[in-house]
Amino acid sequence: MKLPAVLAGGALKGQIKGERLITPLTVLAITAAVVLMPAERSNWDVGGVISFLTFFATFVAIYGIFTLGLNVQWGYTGVFNFGVMAFFLVGANAAAIITKPPANTEYVRYVGGFGDKLAFIPVLDSDQWLPFLFGIAGAAFFAGLLAFLLSIPTLRLREDYLAIATIGVAEFLRRVTIEEPGLVNGTRGLTGIPRPLGELVSTGDYKFVMLAIAVATLALVYVAIERGIRSPWGRVLRALREDELTTAASGKNVFAFKSQGFVVGAMIMGIGGAIYAYANGAVSPDTFTHFFGTFIFWAMLMVGGSGNNKGAILGAYVVWGFWTITLQLQGYDLPTVVASRIPFIRDFVVGSLIVVVLLLRPKGLIPEERRVSMWVERHAKRFRDLPPTPAEEVESPVTDQGPGRDRSADA
Amino acid sequence: MAATATAYGRLRDYRQLVGQFLTGPGLPLLFLGLGLWALIGRTDAFVIGVVTGSVLALGAIGLTLIYGILKFAHFAHGDAMMLAAYIAFFALTGVMVGERTDTKVLPWTLSDLPGATKPILNFSFGYGLLIAMAVAAAIMVVVFIVLDRLIYRPLRRRGSGIVIFAIASLGVAIAMRSLILIFWSSFGRFYVPGIRPTTDLPFGIRILSDQVFIFWAALVLSALTYVILFRTRLGKAMRAMADNPELALVSGINTDRIIIWTWVIGGGLVGIAGVMLALQAQLKPELGFVLLLPLFASTILGGIGSPQGAFVGAMVVGITEEVAVTLGFISPGYKFSVAFVILILMLLLRPRGLFGAKT
Repeated sequence: MKLPAVLAGGALKGQIKGERLITPLTVLAITAAVVLMPAERSNWDVGGVISFLTFFATFVAIYGIFTLGLNVQWGYTGVFNFGVMAFFLVGANAAAIITKPPANTEYVRYVGGFGDKLAFIPVLDSDQWLPFLFGIAGAAFFAGLLAFLLSIPTLRLREDYLAIATIGVAEFLRRVTIEEPGLVNGTRGLTGIPRPLGELVSTGDYKFVMLAIAVATLALVYVAIERGIRSPWGRVLRALREDELTTAASGKNVFAFKSQGFVVGAMIMGIGGAIYAYANGAVSPDTFTHFFGTFIFWAMLMVGGSGNNKGAILGAYVVWGFWTITLQLQGYDLPTVVASRIPFIRDFVVGSLIVVVLLLRPKGLIPEERRVSMWVERHAKRFRDLPPTPAEEVESPVTDQGPGRDRSADA
Repeated sequence: MAATATAYGRLRDYRQLVGQFLTGPGLPLLFLGLGLWALIGRTDAFVIGVVTGSVLALGAIGLTLIYGILKFAHFAHGDAMMLAAYIAFFALTGVMVGERTDTKVLPWTLSDLPGATKPILNFSFGYGLLIAMAVAAAIMVVVFIVLDRLIYRPLRRRGSGIVIFAIASLGVAIAMRSLILIFWSSFGRFYVPGIRPTTDLPFGIRILSDQVFIFWAALVLSALTYVILFRTRLGKAMRAMADNPELALVSGINTDRIIIWTWVIGGGLVGIAGVMLALQAQLKPELGFVLLLPLFASTILGGIGSPQGAFVGAMVVGITEEVAVTLGFISPGYKFSVAFVILILMLLLRPRGLFGAKT
């Protein structure tokens, strides 16, 4: 057993010294800009800055949920989903139509509308939270169902076919919401989505409640994934990602496990979509573009470090921070030629960023951890105290590369 | 008891037969039948479908070569087509979006050549557009080679998986589309404004003259690619590399050179396909991404790495799209979903494609 070496591998040796500074410096720069730019623009108005940062943090948490879902699919299972937008769309719309009251005018048409029927517990202001739990559950269910259906024709095939098929299904669903106005109100989309716990606090303070809800959901999802991934189930997923043939030879049902990883990731994205719908209060087909609905989550995951949940959340923070900074830039006195093009320049930078990250820092800001088992962690101390045997010392440079195939060669 | 068992067995035999038919000769025959039926039943839709298919074919042939030889899904193909279309537009008119509105930034453009905008035959464009097309194709060749040197070759050397290439190419696609938006904004544009001349075909079908040009150009270029691939030493080497890169390398084929040639052919076709697309529809930044799905559907339909397959696949996708919309099976908003359905059908029944070898 090479366990001590595996444990040491977590320290990630063999890096150039300056490279260790990249992650803290990036985070510092983004944080400084996100805090200082609105502060400077609002003449150091503390209330305004706090309000701005609350909204910012809420959306970081929501995009963090999506990135965690994508991390389960790509980072842990190795399933290649280029249609995050499909699950975003399904989750957000499902949550909205489950929670909204029935449609009653000829201009607003949608299916569902169970909001008033779902608060069936007469106590504890259940209309303020119960329908939303149903909404989130429904969002997760429908997103998971879509992933399951999609996995049947594609998961047995080459990995890039799934990417093409998911782009297709995302575009298809976006068209369906536009072409079928009776489904989720067509191009106008759904507005006035009820807010969870909305009537319990004043409108001015509501942003803090929403932040708490988003962060709590993110934390729950994070803990659930961490538990799942460090269980035998999670280790099968990672084994699958590294080498399907060997996993199949060990008697694991490759298709079933891949499908499970894909579905679980999609359900998390569905939950993210639901929280997005509640935080934003409105969803429309304009929200769901391939860039904003899919690509940005890939950028977040690749920047943060795929295969690492902390990295996924940090990636969401860094990319969304950059996004917010560019929005702030529009308020400054820039030449018209630049000012009118800021959104396009930002898209260009995000598109190039993913290529640069792949080339220069394929492991992302926080590389994948090597320790994968709760059992090893519990017994880690005992192994650390063991003196290394000569054989292990020879072997350790190899195991620094991590068990199995080196991810830097691949991701 | 025995009777039911036999009946069940017979049912299973039938199901097996149907399955074998569908995954074997059934799908090609089905598409052939659909094509013939469309040709006789709705000749007008069939003809438009052939034109749509021609544009798709030019893109899909390049895509299938890159997919087959470099072994990755080039997600930037659609956006590269659109970028090429805009480069041709720029070479022709010199127009870019300035502070707020269009401004001519080039002092001299291809339109200033004597008689460059005078229509050839009864097409809408003059020889200026043909030169612009050549310029766009040449620039796309350079762009593709530079991108290969900067991005794909380092990834190849590192032994990255196909997924990493796909993500990188998606990043390139986003960057290309943003460049179009930065320089030319999101309006729809045309090479030649105004009403465009039409041509009468037999059976009372009237189409744009430009569409006749698109069809012939696609046919000639596809034939040319076929000749390069199956009648030259370079083509032989390319096919060898598509079959087995390591074997090709040890048999003394300069694989680096083959990779460059693949990008040259792919880039040239992308340049021409982009101009054809803009001629057939219009110049619009998001058109490239929309085209991605029909392109991949055509490529997979024809079998990855097979240019003649990509041509047939593109025709099937183009004709099915137009006929389905014309016959009212689907509303025009769902037009693109035809490609999606074909793609899923192929992945389920015959993932190797119509012309792909049995594995």
